[in-house]
Amino acid sequence: MLEETIRLALMAIRRNALRSLLTLLGVVIGVGSVIAMVTIGNGTTAQVQEQISSLGTNLLFLRPGQGMGPRRTSAPDFSLADAEAIRNQIAGLSAVAPTASTSVNVVAGNESWSTTVTGTSNDYFTARDWPLQDGRLFLDSEVRAGRAVCIIGTTIGKELFAGRDPLGEKIRIGAVPCTVIGLLETRGRSNFGDDQDDTVVMPLRTVQRRLAGNTDVDSIMLSAQEGVDTGMIQRDVTLLMRERRNIKAGLDDNFHVGDMAQIVSTMTGTTKMMTGLLAAVAGVSLLVGGIGILNIMLVSVTERTREIGIRLAIGAQEKQVLLQFLVEAVVLSLFGGLIGVLLGLGLSALASLALGTPLVLDITIVLLAFAVSVAIGVVFGYVPARRAAHLDPIDALRHE
Amino acid sequence: MSSAEPPLIEFVDVARSYGEGTAKVYALVGVSLSITKGEFVAIMGPSGSGKSTTMNIIGCLDAPTSGKYYFRGVDVGALSRDQRALLRRHYIGFVFQGFNLLARTSALENVELPLIYRGVPRKERRGLALAALEKVGLAGFESHNPGQLSGGQQQRVAIARAVVTRPSLLVADEPTGNLDTARSHEIMQLMTSLNREEGITILMVTHEPDMAEYASRTITFVDGHVAADQRVAA
Repeated sequence: MLEETIRLALMAIRRNALRSLLTLLGVVIGVGSVIAMVTIGNGTTAQVQEQISSLGTNLLFLRPGQGMGPRRTSAPDFSLADAEAIRNQIAGLSAVAPTASTSVNVVAGNESWSTTVTGTSNDYFTARDWPLQDGRLFLDSEVRAGRAVCIIGTTIGKELFAGRDPLGEKIRIGAVPCTVIGLLETRGRSNFGDDQDDTVVMPLRTVQRRLAGNTDVDSIMLSAQEGVDTGMIQRDVTLLMRERRNIKAGLDDNFHVGDMAQIVSTMTGTTKMMTGLLAAVAGVSLLVGGIGILNIMLVSVTERTREIGIRLAIGAQEKQVLLQFLVEAVVLSLFGGLIGVLLGLGLSALASLALGTPLVLDITIVLLAFAVSVAIGVVFGYVPARRAAHLDPIDALRHE
Repeated sequence: MSSAEPPLIEFVDVARSYGEGTAKVYALVGVSLSITKGEFVAIMGPSGSGKSTTMNIIGCLDAPTSGKYYFRGVDVGALSRDQRALLRRHYIGFVFQGFNLLARTSALENVELPLIYRGVPRKERRGLALAALEKVGLAGFESHNPGQLSGGQQQRVAIARAVVTRPSLLVADEPTGNLDTARSHEIMQLMTSLNREEGITILMVTHEPDMAEYASRTITFVDGHVAADQRVAA
């Protein structure tokens, strides 16, 4: 009987192909958008996580001023001595990299490029977990003496040398002629949209003496050893720096210790919330799709009153008529769900191509959207089906 | 009439009213009659005389408000809606004035419909439906939709649908009402042969005396009760 009922439902759907299609549309859009939203959201979250953790999740950074906002001029810079103090007094660190950055023009031959140069030590590459693809790191003697050597990002290599091997070439950084000794691996865009490969790294002392003309340290990057609680290091560093900067009890810090793990959780939390929000909006459209089915099934029952009358007259019981219309609604919404799943996956694939985010397929959301579409068929198909089943055969047969 | 078998249809003081209180209207007032197996009964009478109500009650589509209706000895008034549906499914076939075939559905599928509700397996169903169509003279029209058939042909499909289950009773509501005279006589001849050869009891509502002449008995209703009940000697 169920097989017959499904066959009858398919027949009825085919007989009203256009109307069925329009009815489906609501569910298609609902299911499709839920899946697309969640998949795109998951992809974005995964990308954020990947990008941030590419900076190193055990990374902490010390900056003057409060919070992560624009730097306050009143807050003094750090010094090399601060970095030494941290290295000597804080346990559990694998790298301490004082850095000083400045904007410069770099020139090689006829090519010129404006970029940021960072003066630091080899610890910088450890802290940022950023290996070289070619060349070598700084020698201790070069760091101590402030030699004019540099390690460049791939963007600089491309802009100045157009694909030629930059190693051993001379470039002019500001007014300083300098030898390229290493080429960093490509990192791509950071989470904040800037090109991480557009960078030149030199020994700290070289930048301080020959480019900045002072001994300031803008920030200090710290890397916690594997398994060490970054929160604890954050507290220890804060105490140490308050002491070194003579901040009295009760006064605010004039520096900030950032924790990458915190930023990761904040940012993924934000994208997850956005995903949830979008999915909820998409869910509303699924509900609207369900109401579409309710509407069309009610119309269908009215339109087919005579047919129902015939069925009742020749001996259909209430539950059989009920089942027929219910199966029809469920088959409709199931079709809608199926097309919606395909549409959603297609949109997700397109979006991941367009946005460059990874395609993270979550099979549970696909199954869930499918189950919900069937449930919508049952819920919204029930009222019309019941109405059909309760028709009086005599009235129904007389219906024009 | 001394047989121990109960009559197929027995009305005992049947009344059917609609509405409540002052708006209460009686369609049937205290009707008693009985119809035995194998009869071909025509029910006549002017509009509003109660003939349609009688037909609906006999066809188990409706139930009396008072009095008793026994179908094959079963008190139909005491049955639920679904139980009456089962009676119709197993013992009664219907033919309507407006044919009432499922649109955009082939003749064969229309005839198969009652068998589906009976749970007859597909293969057997097909064979029975084809045989029924052949019996009404529509062999070769299996795949035609109602829209592709003439009125007379549609009514033949409807008759095939009504008798494919070999019912005890065929209830026909003005079966020739939408047909021309020649077609009407053909349909009546078909019904007569079903009555004689298959032994199907037929109850036919009509207002055309020409058609009533095919019946072996004519019951005339006026104002909700039986005004005349004439049998034609065979």
